[in-house]
Amino acid sequence: MSILIDESTKVIVQGITGRDGSFHTGQMVDYGTQIVGGVTPGKGGQEVHGKPVFNSVKEAVAETGANASVIYVPAKFAKGAVLEATEAGVPLIICITEGVPVLDMVDVYREVQSAGLRLIGPNCPGLISPGKSKIGIMPGNIHKPGRVGVISRSGTLTYEIVYALTSMGIGQSTCVGIGGDPIVGTSPRDLLPLFEADDDTDAIIVVGEIGGDEEERTAELISKQINKPVFAYIVGRSAPEGRTMGHAGAIVSGSAGTAQSKIEAFNAAGVPVADTIDQIAEMVKEKLG
Amino acid sequence: MNIHEHQAKDLFRDAGLPVPEGKVAFTVDEALAAYDHFGGVVAVKAQVHVGGRGKAGGVKIAKNADEVKAAAESIIGLDIKGHVVERLYIEQGSDIAKEAYLAVILDRSEKSVGFIASAEGGMDIEEVAESNPDAILRFGCDTKVFPEAEARKAAEVLFGGEGVEATLKVMHQLFDLFLEKDCTQAEINPLVLTGSGDVIVLDGKMNFDDNALMRHPDVLELRDMNEEDENEILAGEKGLAFISLDGDIGCMVNGAGLAMATLDMIHMHGGEPANFLDVGGSSNPDKVVEAFKLILSNPKVSAVLINIFGGITRCDDIAKGILTAFDQMDITVPMVVRLTGTNAEEGKKMLEGSSLIPASTFGEAVTKAIELGKGSAA
Repeated sequence: MSILIDESTKVIVQGITGRDGSFHTGQMVDYGTQIVGGVTPGKGGQEVHGKPVFNSVKEAVAETGANASVIYVPAKFAKGAVLEATEAGVPLIICITEGVPVLDMVDVYREVQSAGLRLIGPNCPGLISPGKSKIGIMPGNIHKPGRVGVISRSGTLTYEIVYALTSMGIGQSTCVGIGGDPIVGTSPRDLLPLFEADDDTDAIIVVGEIGGDEEERTAELISKQINKPVFAYIVGRSAPEGRTMGHAGAIVSGSAGTAQSKIEAFNAAGVPVADTIDQIAEMVKEKLG
Repeated sequence: MNIHEHQAKDLFRDAGLPVPEGKVAFTVDEALAAYDHFGGVVAVKAQVHVGGRGKAGGVKIAKNADEVKAAAESIIGLDIKGHVVERLYIEQGSDIAKEAYLAVILDRSEKSVGFIASAEGGMDIEEVAESNPDAILRFGCDTKVFPEAEARKAAEVLFGGEGVEATLKVMHQLFDLFLEKDCTQAEINPLVLTGSGDVIVLDGKMNFDDNALMRHPDVLELRDMNEEDENEILAGEKGLAFISLDGDIGCMVNGAGLAMATLDMIHMHGGEPANFLDVGGSSNPDKVVEAFKLILSNPKVSAVLINIFGGITRCDDIAKGILTAFDQMDITVPMVVRLTGTNAEEGKKMLEGSSLIPASTFGEAVTKAIELGKGSAA
């Protein structure tokens, strides 16, 4: 098993005819993801990597039975794209797009929530259940099927950790990049219970960074609800105060959102916090044997 | 993006908020001319993108031209937390009876818009939160509906029952302005009740969502380049996330998280990074050229660490950029490169035969860069 996606997940790509959308559609198809079509308004009837292009999400869902949509549209169209997928009732919406205005996300989050759907991202690499399905932009070749769940606010940092795990022979059940923006559709608190309930996940890695209080709240949830071993890694220990460290959400504001506060919260919840990428992989290896 | 107080007040005024009259002055003479216009009591206020101006001597009350001159002379050129004052705001004095705090913020924890209100105005709200958390009222809402009932309750508390309707109106206007301009924060501190019972905005601050500036050209025009690091401005124009730091190891990394991890790792191995640089989620080789120019424009840089893990950024594009930069520039510092991920093999092949120093792991790349930096600096 795995969480959220597997070989049966049928995926459409919003923005399939764009440079990134088209490139990564090819990568996903090569990985074995069940891509059933794409959407670009006005380009219905074309094909990309042999997959049919539709004018709307509604049409694409009706024709293909898709139950997931991945979005690669420019930032100013991202809100519209997520809302279109929401109106079409797509249960799992993944928004890769970076640079989405945050108030757009305040609106979008509410719409997705009230429709009972799930949004991952924006500004995220997507998610992968190794050997089954990858939806997003991560390099599939570094992953290996296995029993460790990974949740992360950062894309490339997740790849580093996965690469270290795979190099040690430790596979992953599902890896979810939740995104680096101040407001994202799915938080570690939403995902941990899913991993807890997943029979094929034995341990969970949470990768956090400076900014906000999500890690602190996550630590609290872990101490109350999660029995599987959880390991954490936090970056931005050396970030200057008041500066946005690349990710819109990665900012220490006054005394709030520091790496230290997050590390202390995890420690208090009994979650070991690694100092380096290699160390977190080693911690997991030691625990799982 | 931040703007100056006087710019925030112009936006407030346009939105109908009650703001005292004021004029911007870049010189002592302009300050005096502004005083001629207003007369009476004025506040002479430093305009810098940093808090704590009052404590730093950046805000003075003046009752005549001589006092305005003395205040302007002492404030222009003043260094407030690394920001040198270049402009003043000369504002008509107000008769302050009570001070309160009001802000509309992006509440990332609640994924909503949030109001913060307190009867303890004129102080740093973080300090109030520490010393007297019960004095702070918080309530949230979405972007559609103003939280009328909670706002009214707060308005009743702020000035002990006085000026309720006027305060409520300010809340409405601030909320609308926050949404209209895609703010992440719109703060009034203090909101003042005057001796005659009027409610006015005495100090204001606005922060804008950088991701939304594309739809607010009017806000972009308010940007003061003097408040920003030159290299960071250049980086922004090229679509790179760049922050100048104090060390000597130049860094080029793709992905903000990995870039932060790289800084942490350099520190952990006893080195000091010269910058944070995320070359971003695209694979445009021109960006890499620009990234190198930025890193190497810092004379302190003794070695460069290129840490690339390919996802959406393809390693062959990065390699192309590195080679192009090599052709265009006279690079004398050692460069340690690590490429892994999408199209990594193609990228590595392209770099063969160059003077770049390869590293196969993150740890090796960091320790090599620090060692070579020491050698190159000596």
